[in-house]
Order: sequence, then C-alpha cells, then structure tokens
Amino acid sequence: MIEFTLWDIVRNLLLATRWTVLLSLAAFVGGAAVGMAVLFLRISKNTWSRRLASGYIALFQGTPLLMQLFLMFFGLPMLGLRIEPWTAAVLGLTFFASAYLAEIWRSGVAALPLGQWDAGASLGLHYLQELRLIILPQAFSITRAPTVGFLVQLIKSTALTSIIGFEELVRTSNAINNATFEPFKVYGLVALIFFAMCFPLTQYARRLEKRVPMR
Amino acid sequence: MAFGWLPGAVGDIAHGAATTILLIAVTTLAGTLLSILGAAGRRNGPVLLRRAIAWYVEVMRNTPFLVQLFFIFFGLPSLGIRLDPILAAMLAMTLNMAAYTIEIVGAGLDAVPHGQTEAALALGLRLRQVFVKIVLPQALKIIYPALTSQIVIMMLESAVVSQIAVRELTYEADMLQARTFRSFETYFVVTLVYLLMSMALRRLLVAGGRRALGAGVS
Repeated sequence: MIEFTLWDIVRNLLLATRWTVLLSLAAFVGGAAVGMAVLFLRISKNTWSRRLASGYIALFQGTPLLMQLFLMFFGLPMLGLRIEPWTAAVLGLTFFASAYLAEIWRSGVAALPLGQWDAGASLGLHYLQELRLIILPQAFSITRAPTVGFLVQLIKSTALTSIIGFEELVRTSNAINNATFEPFKVYGLVALIFFAMCFPLTQYARRLEKRVPMR
Repeated sequence: MAFGWLPGAVGDIAHGAATTILLIAVTTLAGTLLSILGAAGRRNGPVLLRRAIAWYVEVMRNTPFLVQLFFIFFGLPSLGIRLDPILAAMLAMTLNMAAYTIEIVGAGLDAVPHGQTEAALALGLRLRQVFVKIVLPQALKIIYPALTSQIVIMMLESAVVSQIAVRELTYEADMLQARTFRSFETYFVVTLVYLLMSMALRRLLVAGGRRALGAGVS
C-alpha cells in the first residue's frame, strides 16, 4: 500500500485547482460574451426579443445547474457532436453564467435615469452609440459588486462539474479520499482551497458595494 | 427522442419530487429558525459568539455546497457522528441556507426603526417579548421577498444531494436513465419538473407570505 503524506495530498489538490481556476475563467469570459448578447435582447425595443431573453433567463434561473450540465453532457452528442467533460462543463457553465450576468447588468441599465437616454438622443447619438458611450459604461460601473459576487458563485459552481466527470478539485479529492480514507482531512483541505479563492473576491465585492455612489 | 418509458416512470418521478419537497420544507423551517437565532446572536450576543457567527457565515458562503455535503456525510463519521444520507442532506442544506439567511434576517432587523423597540419597552414589554412580537414580525415582512428567493435557490441546489444517495428527484432521474438508456430525455423531463416546482414554490411562498405577513409582500 502506498502511503500518502499530507504534502502529497496538498500537492495533488493544488495541481487540480488549476483546472478549477481555468474553468471558472473560461466560463466567466464566455458567460460575459453570451450575457452581453442576452442583455441586448433583454433591453431591446422589440417586445418579442425582450420576451425571448426573459424566458432564457427564467429558464436558467429556475432549473438546477446540475440538470443543465447533464443536458449538455447527454444532449450535445445527440446533435452529432463528440463531447468530453471539459466541453460540457465549459458550455454548461457559460450558458448558466450568461443568464445571471445578463440579469445583473439589466438591473444596472434599469437603474439609470431615463434622462440619460434622452440626453444621448438629444446629442444626436444612434441607439448603439447611446448604449456604447452612455448607458453600458454606467450600467457596468454600478453593477460591479454583484458581478464580482457572481464570480464567487461561479467558482463554487465549478464543483458540480465533478459529477459529469471533469477532473477538477472536487473530483480529484474524491479520488484521493478513496485512496487515503481520510475524508475529514481531504474535504477540509478542499474547502480551505475554495475559501482561499473566494474569500478575497467576497471582500473585494463588499468594498465595491460600499464605494458605489448613492444617487 | 423517445418518451415511451415515461408512463412507467411517473411513479418514480413523483416519489423523487416528494422527497425533494420534504427536504426543502424541513430546510426552510429549520434554516429560518436558525437564521433568526443567528442574526439575533450576531447583534446582541457576547463578543465570542458574534465572532463565531461571522466566521460561520464567511466559511459557508465561500465554499461549495457539494464540498460541505461531502464533509458532513463522509467527514463527520471520523469524529463519531454518523448520519443517514437524508439527515446529512437536511443538515447540510439547513446549515448552508442559514449562512445566507442570517445576513438577510440581520438586514431586516437593522431596518426596523429603533423607536419601535423604545415604544415597546415604554409599554412595559420584556426584552424577549419586544423581539418576538414587535421587531421580528416587521423585519420578516421587510425581508420576505429576499427570503423567498433564497428558498427557491436552495431547492434548486438540493439536486446535489443525489450524490450521497438521497432518493430525491435527481437520484430518481439517475436511476431512470440507467434503466432506460434515454439519458437526455430523462433529464429533460426532470428539468421540466424542477422548473414547474420552482415556479409553484415561488407562487406558494408569495401567496403564503401575503396571508401571514399582510398585504404588500412582493
């Protein structure tokens, strides 16, 4: 039987943490891109686009992320795509993130006084110019705290991709636990690693929250 | 896509859904109670207790629910605490939800004007009566919409407890797809069930809140 020292366990967990970090970043970037598209639909002047985007957001906020991941993992092969856990994990978390980010940013757009739109129009700006130059920069800046808060949620959500077989921190810890039979130590360390990643971001979000100028 | 297996699976799906509802009902009651105690303790308790609650909130909010669940179910037996899967799931869900609702309830307590406490004390009510009869109902009314969202989020999160073999909705889906080899269709149907349950739960909570706490709730 192989003996595992504490350092062996920690080292393997830290190596697996790379994948958790990478997955979080990929999903956040992808989610921001898709979320922007959803945001445009959500605030467009066309009633049907708005309904479509609301439905999209309600769908992702009203079902468990685990189910979304399963549907990705088992659904894409039915469309003839060869899929690995990594692809299913990135795509699943991307769509999940896009719905939440679009909703967060929409609340930022809704919080702006209508006068901002009027002012843009009176300067002769086109709809897209108004969004790009006036509305979105302000909407992003007042929603920075919830956006960072969501990033924390996203990092924690990557744990679920272990269930569809993606080799990140939690899946690795399951394997280590099966070899060492020390669940208390192993899962304690995993919790500690997640805490070390999330706590600074939580504190940062809290600082941002305090800094938001009150109108 | 083939749904020929569906009629034979309705019983299993209903059974799983019932367990999910049981989980969320217990979690809602226990979690709300715990968070009222926690929020009160964080404001009025001794310094050590306040600090402990603050740390508890931070630790739970900054670690994944799945890891908390594994820690409780697999980790605690090495301390001699061995729990049934369903009890471990209820405990993990309650502890997780309380970490979020302690903050929510606390915000509600802070939002009740201090004059309410002073007026109640002037009427000769004891401190505990003031809290239970005057401050708490007003606080709950203020935070009810946020509490509702948190309960719905917790129900969606409960899908994870299938991983420690609690026979709830997701677990039944796992069993079904292993039997029918129709993975996508099975999870598709179960996802719809979750969607309906989360919409119904939200409706139910809003209606219940309106009746119990007075009109004007969300």
